Amino acid sequence: MAFYRSHVLVCVDPECLAKGAHDVVDAMQDELVAQGLLDEIQVLETSRIGGCSDGPEMMVYPEGVHYVGMTADDIPYLVEEHFLKGRIVEKFREVTKVVVDEELGPLRPKEVRVVLRNCGEIDPMNIEDYLAVDGYQALGKVIGGMTPEQVIDEVTKSGLRGRGGAGFPAGRKWGLTRQVEDSPKYMVCNADEGDPGAFMNRRVLEGDPHSVIEGMIIGAYATGASFGYIYCRAEYPLAVETLNLALTQAREFGFLGKNILGTDFNFDLEVRVGAGAFVCGEETALMASIMGMRGEPRPRPPFPSVQGVWGKPTNNNNVETYANVPQIILNGADWYASMGTERSKGTKTFAVGGNVAKPGLIEVPMGITLREIIFDVAGGIKDGRQFKAVQTGGPMGGCLTEKHLDLPLDYEALSQAGSMMGSGGLVVMDENSCMVDIARFFMDFTQAESCGKCVPCRIGTRRILELLQKMCDGKGQPGDIEKLEELCHEVAKNSLCGLGQGAPNPVLSTLAHFRHEYEAHVYEKRCPAKVCRPLIRYEIEESCTGCMVCARNCPVEAISGERRQQHVIDQNICIRCGICMQVCNFNSVAVES
Amino acid sequence: MVASPVESEVKEVVQQAIEKHGKSPDALIPVLSEINRALGYVPAEAIREVKRQIHNPAERTFAAESQLYGLVSFYDMLSTQPRGRHVIKFCENAPCHVVGGKAIWDALRETLQLKNGETTPDKKWTLVTTSCIGLCSVGPVLLVDDDMYGNVTVEQIPDILERYE
Repeated sequence: MAFYRSHVLVCVDPECLAKGAHDVVDAMQDELVAQGLLDEIQVLETSRIGGCSDGPEMMVYPEGVHYVGMTADDIPYLVEEHFLKGRIVEKFREVTKVVVDEELGPLRPKEVRVVLRNCGEIDPMNIEDYLAVDGYQALGKVIGGMTPEQVIDEVTKSGLRGRGGAGFPAGRKWGLTRQVEDSPKYMVCNADEGDPGAFMNRRVLEGDPHSVIEGMIIGAYATGASFGYIYCRAEYPLAVETLNLALTQAREFGFLGKNILGTDFNFDLEVRVGAGAFVCGEETALMASIMGMRGEPRPRPPFPSVQGVWGKPTNNNNVETYANVPQIILNGADWYASMGTERSKGTKTFAVGGNVAKPGLIEVPMGITLREIIFDVAGGIKDGRQFKAVQTGGPMGGCLTEKHLDLPLDYEALSQAGSMMGSGGLVVMDENSCMVDIARFFMDFTQAESCGKCVPCRIGTRRILELLQKMCDGKGQPGDIEKLEELCHEVAKNSLCGLGQGAPNPVLSTLAHFRHEYEAHVYEKRCPAKVCRPLIRYEIEESCTGCMVCARNCPVEAISGERRQQHVIDQNICIRCGICMQVCNFNSVAVES
Repeated sequence: MVASPVESEVKEVVQQAIEKHGKSPDALIPVLSEINRALGYVPAEAIREVKRQIHNPAERTFAAESQLYGLVSFYDMLSTQPRGRHVIKFCENAPCHVVGGKAIWDALRETLQLKNGETTPDKKWTLVTTSCIGLCSVGPVLLVDDDMYGNVTVEQIPDILERYE
């Protein structure tokens, strides 16, 4: 058998063919002949490599380089560079690197997958794949031999708590809705996962939609609901499409609609797509949005269990909560309760992002420590830098530090530490993150997302943001930190819903753990992490070779100097964009504060 | 009066959206989203037209212009202003921010000479920030229309922009 040093796989799917894949293959063959490489490099035609939208595409092994948008005219250059000179041609490389399964690779150390067990394992577009992994068996078990009360008991015993962040026991919530004597009753699935950095629900909806649907049907049976809504955010178009297809298939198989599984139990579901409003993740705002109104929260009580959609009793859980339910029914409450801590049972998904070596989606038993998550599961801090803080619970959560790394994670432990579980986003920050900047950043988010209904949140978040902005701009004055603190407490205490109540958390937690950074900004006009532009300056060090790359790239021509002489930055002209530092090949540009 | 082509187009788009989603209160957001998709934004004429076609107390279907405007201005994905042929949505959230999103955002604004929400004079580009699109493991992320770009670097921006007519 011939031995080839390289294999070139060219995608010949319809899209790529339409864009000239065959011309590329022919040109490749011709060029290999011309260069005498034909017995060293093999060209193969294959099916889909990437998205085909930038076709024709090719993969080159063993390097695993993915080239896109190739034309026959590009081939001579490519062969010369890549196969003769051994240099990867960056300009042909794909820039789109969105491969969904990169997020959720093989099981990582310490992971236990319950909610994510089918994601990437089954075809979400085919209900039969779900059936093959015991799908809808839990529904059969429930309808075939359990009373609604028994179902509620089982879920209560399992210790499952709301995975949307508040952690209300799911079984108790179901029981509350069941008790109310009113009809019709509704089931709502909160799929408006809006926390930046949290994408576990998207993954479940796209990868295993039937587990959520099955959980909702079981919940409907238990609570007595006859109709339900899945409120999915518009930012997740693929999830919406997958859900709609899954609902159609579930109806065809008799799991939804009238007389489910031949009984007199009726229940159907509809997908509602949001229109871009973070606050709609709050349950009363979400229900207002389902009813066609602005997504503004209202005071509770009455709770949705009593008065929800269309004024009727409504049970609302999030995607992950529902997705747990079929497994609890199938394997028993004791199995589920055997995982986790005293008060928080089962597993929790986390989306680990920021400066970690291996970001992505993970599922771990409750009670695991942040240290285990960051260092064992997510591979530690990127590029060997130092851990500084981790933001849990999204923009309403808090920043935790080194001293919190060994806390066993559960709802209570996190809130005692001044943060919260939230939907499970973890943003890990290394030493290069400025905590005042981060707090400003989160406040910018909540300020923009405040619905404006109540004054403390609408005006309070804006005032907090202004104070933080002042500090980042180097204009902070003595007394500002105290004012900031007071304002945060007021907003937290007086806001109507969770958004305003939680909004000050990032500020309060960074103030608690990194007060010295605030003080450096205000009193010393210094940004210790060297992030805040008005407080830093770039300087060229002695190691400068005078190659002039920085001077050529400086957008404001602030850099001067002779060739082969050390260059100088004119601080009065410099806009602190940092381009010189990025382009310097000799690490000669330093940032000072 | 003869209707201008734009007016007739608005009328048709509104009619189709209402045929698809109905006239009940909970159809309003889907109807407006549909119009936004078709026209790129929800012009004032469209709001008037939705009201005209839905509001009919005799049939107990209701819609007020103020209510419709309230919805369009509340939800980020609905726009009251016309947009460019291509909309760049940049994810400005923390996970993307800490992995270099800030540099991308600065570069985008400098390259296009746009501020957040603005459209280029030639109506080619509109630049906006978006809420998290859940692709945090490949941040920084940006969307051009519906195309997703992950792990974006400053050097790639000209290449990405060049792909669009």
